[in-house]
Amino acid sequence: MAVAMRVAAAGARLGVVVSGLRVAVRSLCSQPVSINERIENKRRAALLGGGQRRIEAQHKRGKLTARERISLLLDPGSFVESDMFVEHRCSDFGMAADKNKDFTVFGGSLSGAHAQKVCKIMDQAMTVGAPVIGLNDSGGARIQEGVESLAGYADIFLRNVMASGVIPQISLIMGPCAGGAVYSPALTDFTFMVKDTSYLFITGPDVVKSVTNEDVTQEELGGAKTHTTMSGVAHRAFENDIDALCNLREFFNYLPLSSQDPAPIRECHDPSDRLVPELDTIVPLESTKAYNMVDIIHSVVDEREFFEIMPNYAKNIIVGFARMNGRTVGIVGNQPKVASGCLDINSSVKGARFVRFCDAFNIPLITFVDVPGFLPGTAQEYGGIIRHGAKLLYAFAEATVPKVTVITRKAYGGAYDVMSSKHLCGDSNYAWPTAEIAVMGAKGAMEIIFKGHENVDAAQAEYINKFANPFPAAVRGFVDDIIQPSSTRVRICRDLDVLASKKVQRPWRKHANIPL
Amino acid sequence: MAGLWVGAASLISAGRRGQRSPHQLMRSAALWTLKHVSHCSRQHLIVSRNLCSAGYDSNEKTFDKILVANRGEIACRVIKTCKKMGIKTVAIHSDVDASSVHVKMADEAVCVGPAPTSKSYLNMDAIMEAIKKTRAQAVHPGYGFLSENKEFAKCLDADEAVRIAREIGYPVMIKASAGGGGKGMRIAWDDEETRDGFRFSSQEAASSFGDDRLLIEKFIDNPRHIEIQVLGDKHGNALWLNERECSIQRRNQKVVEEAPSIFLDSETRRAMGEQAVALAKAVQYSSAGTVEFLVDSKKNFYFLEMNTRLQVEHPVTECITGLDLVQEMIRVAKGYPLRHKQADIPINGWAVECRVYAEDPYKSFGLPSIGRLSQYQEPIHLPGVRVDSGIQPGSDISIYYDPMISKLITYGSDRTEALKRMEDALDNYVIRGVTHNIALLREVIINSRFIKGDINTKFLSDVYPDGFKGHKLTEDERSQLLAMAASLFVASQLRAQHFQGHENSRVPIVKPQVANWELSIKLNDEVHAVVASNSGPAFSVEVDGSKLNVTSTWNLASPLLSVNVDGTQRTIQCLSREAGGSMSIQFLGTVYKVHVLTKLAAELSEFMLEKVVEDTSSILRSPMPGMVVALSVKPGDMVKSVHCKAGDTVGEGDLLVELQ
Repeated sequence: MAVAMRVAAAGARLGVVVSGLRVAVRSLCSQPVSINERIENKRRAALLGGGQRRIEAQHKRGKLTARERISLLLDPGSFVESDMFVEHRCSDFGMAADKNKDFTVFGGSLSGAHAQKVCKIMDQAMTVGAPVIGLNDSGGARIQEGVESLAGYADIFLRNVMASGVIPQISLIMGPCAGGAVYSPALTDFTFMVKDTSYLFITGPDVVKSVTNEDVTQEELGGAKTHTTMSGVAHRAFENDIDALCNLREFFNYLPLSSQDPAPIRECHDPSDRLVPELDTIVPLESTKAYNMVDIIHSVVDEREFFEIMPNYAKNIIVGFARMNGRTVGIVGNQPKVASGCLDINSSVKGARFVRFCDAFNIPLITFVDVPGFLPGTAQEYGGIIRHGAKLLYAFAEATVPKVTVITRKAYGGAYDVMSSKHLCGDSNYAWPTAEIAVMGAKGAMEIIFKGHENVDAAQAEYINKFANPFPAAVRGFVDDIIQPSSTRVRICRDLDVLASKKVQRPWRKHANIPL
Repeated sequence: MAGLWVGAASLISAGRRGQRSPHQLMRSAALWTLKHVSHCSRQHLIVSRNLCSAGYDSNEKTFDKILVANRGEIACRVIKTCKKMGIKTVAIHSDVDASSVHVKMADEAVCVGPAPTSKSYLNMDAIMEAIKKTRAQAVHPGYGFLSENKEFAKCLDADEAVRIAREIGYPVMIKASAGGGGKGMRIAWDDEETRDGFRFSSQEAASSFGDDRLLIEKFIDNPRHIEIQVLGDKHGNALWLNERECSIQRRNQKVVEEAPSIFLDSETRRAMGEQAVALAKAVQYSSAGTVEFLVDSKKNFYFLEMNTRLQVEHPVTECITGLDLVQEMIRVAKGYPLRHKQADIPINGWAVECRVYAEDPYKSFGLPSIGRLSQYQEPIHLPGVRVDSGIQPGSDISIYYDPMISKLITYGSDRTEALKRMEDALDNYVIRGVTHNIALLREVIINSRFIKGDINTKFLSDVYPDGFKGHKLTEDERSQLLAMAASLFVASQLRAQHFQGHENSRVPIVKPQVANWELSIKLNDEVHAVVASNSGPAFSVEVDGSKLNVTSTWNLASPLLSVNVDGTQRTIQCLSREAGGSMSIQFLGTVYKVHVLTKLAAELSEFMLEKVVEDTSSILRSPMPGMVVALSVKPGDMVKSVHCKAGDTVGEGDLLVELQ
């Protein structure tokens, strides 16, 4: 699992796990003097990790030690280390060392002892309902420990799976993370990386060379850029350790402690009844012209703060966290600037996973729709757009959190249904006056309905008049209202207040079967 | 006798005019009334004159409907007066301007073509069509576009240009006849420069104004630019409405204007005014017009040109005289005589105008920038402030039109008050989404030379010989900035812990355990140790050893933050606040980037690796958004690769050419 460090206690909000431990540690103090001395010596050695030389080596690589990282991540004084005294069980190789899964200790490779520590803290986090944050910087399994480390991996994987949907799990990759170790981050809800110093891959460049004869660098194979733009494995990358940890602090403020807790409401300075006049002109008059959906999101949410998830992957869909009147919300939006905002395999999967996270952790969903449909072509069909597109459909349909949808412009065809439509139990579905809710765009429709006809222009005008507007949907109640864009923020804030007590009962089942 | 026709240039063309403009209506006057509109077509222009004070006499019938042949702030400005006078208005617009402010303000609107001005705002046929369709009785052209008098212009080739330039004597100024605003303007000191200037100016003129005709005129080095506002009627009367000082210019475009001029005495003022009026009368000018002069250090003044239209900077004249120039233009065009005598024209107080542009002042005192105004808030809540603008939150500043955001005018009982109000107004102006020139404007108006009145058209290049670099903080100002940044940082950190309790929430409502925030703030590559502590909204901040008291509401959502630092009231704008500690704060007009870290994080950041900076020595990026006009290289000759072609639209920072 390669977890350099599992932190169950993040900031005062997450202090719950920690308090119990504090008592345990204190009780040691009543031991006889000699024991106390031993305790002190061990503790001092533990705090030094792999020793000054190794700490310096870590710094030279532009990285911090685990303890430095934790001191930045958490509020001062809120972290209480657990199992500082645990030693590796394997002493055959003279590795009689100590504590923490820290890159300065044994390259942070995973030992049975590491795994045991990680599992212990995760079990406790689950029991009390506290998020788990993993700071990963590890070389992989400890070969010296053999199968015991493999068992350690699996123990952690199991905890990851058990905790999934119970407490938020976040991985921050801060160094190499290879082999089996990669599956723990993959099982967590969010994976962040540090640019230039972190790598994630199943097999490194040397093995790749010998098996497939490809020449590839670590960075190309599994660097932050690769995983945030091409593979979609990581959700965001940050400049360096400090930037990453500061952002992580910002990020977990959006999250509830567990699935039993409501979405947090932070003190808010932005009036919930603020009108947003700049939205009235944001959608261009020509329906083929692009605009930036992120501008709409910034204008609507509190204080223009939007923590985007996967900003550089499948950019035709935007997902991320923001707040409305202080309350955390999940935002999903089509991005007309990229591929006209159409849905394809990658954007469907990206959207679906985000929607499911929000639903699991009681975070209301706000969806901004401008979607011309699914991307056509053999690449998409062979790639299985049908089953991947179904994931997003499934996720929205399954979600029982408050769902507010705003159709800013196009909502065509099956993609209209998918994007949190009324039919999938949307709670409030709005259309802007620029909305066009139809089976397809006017031009496409003309080519099918009036193929070969002469007076296509007149027919097209009639089609636009009849279908390419919000009325057909509004008269059927598929949108609840046609609203002035400037009032969007007011409406959403009001709806979320009403929907805060929303309760939906679903029939019992072992678990649902999303088309994976 | 000073008022010489130095601008002989503009007359050279007289005998050798190429094609005449087919539109007779363009003859010198700033407002055209249309006869026989019902069966249309030929219109002509009635010269107008009068002065009226801003009051509106409802018995004085003028027009029922006026078409405003312009866009942006000046269209809005004209429509406002028309509304006051009970006149219906027709706006024209290009397709991209369909939802812009002037269109919304007008009673009717007609689309006259696509975005490029030559196809819309200069598209005479479409505008005529609009006039016919809407049955407008008069046309107000504003400034720029159709307002420019094309009559003096003619077709030249480069050799003729050189000949004419020699005749006038170097240096000369080559400029687009249709233009204004510094576009298509070049100064030439010799034959070679004349040839180059001719080529570039005519290209620029053609693309910007749809008219490549040029003027060549004498260029006077180091002068002041002072102009006299005149107003004439159709009854042979004309008045001068005092002067405007427009010497602060960059690339021959005015930036800061004021009225009156600190330089003129009443005698010179009267002499210039009388000559201006004599000129207006001589050409039977009947509307609002401007006679431009260059004035040397000995108060000799030289006639430059007469602008037969409303000028951009007319509001400062309106402020000190109390007249509504647009209203007077409309009255005069209808044939009413002027309402005022020369003796009635006052100089009340002092007015200053800053042209707020969407441009980057750090590049040649202003290269255009484009974008969408994501947030926009004018400082009109302050006393003595007038803002003439044609935009609103959400408006686009595009490459197609002038990047002016607004004209910010402040007015006070004297120059000091007007300038103080301008400082406040600039600090309270919220413009987000585009780069703007507020930093430069604010530096100009607080510059000691400017305050003394020691200015000329070279002011900017004299004061900033190495280019504009933003405000230079004094030690006190730097401490204030650091103290405010520290307080903002702590305020947002504390707020991040304030969660609202649900009834059974397990989230503790946090009491901060930290009494003293030890911070390290990086500003301009210098690191400062700062310790902040607070009780409620009051912060006590120790910056590099000295203590400051900082209080504010710390409203983290508001674009403007009024902060009291040790008794001094400051208005700052926090443009961005990132989780990693970077903040952009606009303070004293200039945007400062600060990086706030806790002391611990700052110590550890020593270990972070420097990111490799892009090597720009062998690449060429676009310095501004725009269109590629010509490309004289191809891959192989000195360059490795070319990433654009003539006619491409490129954004700022786009890669154009890679050198070998």
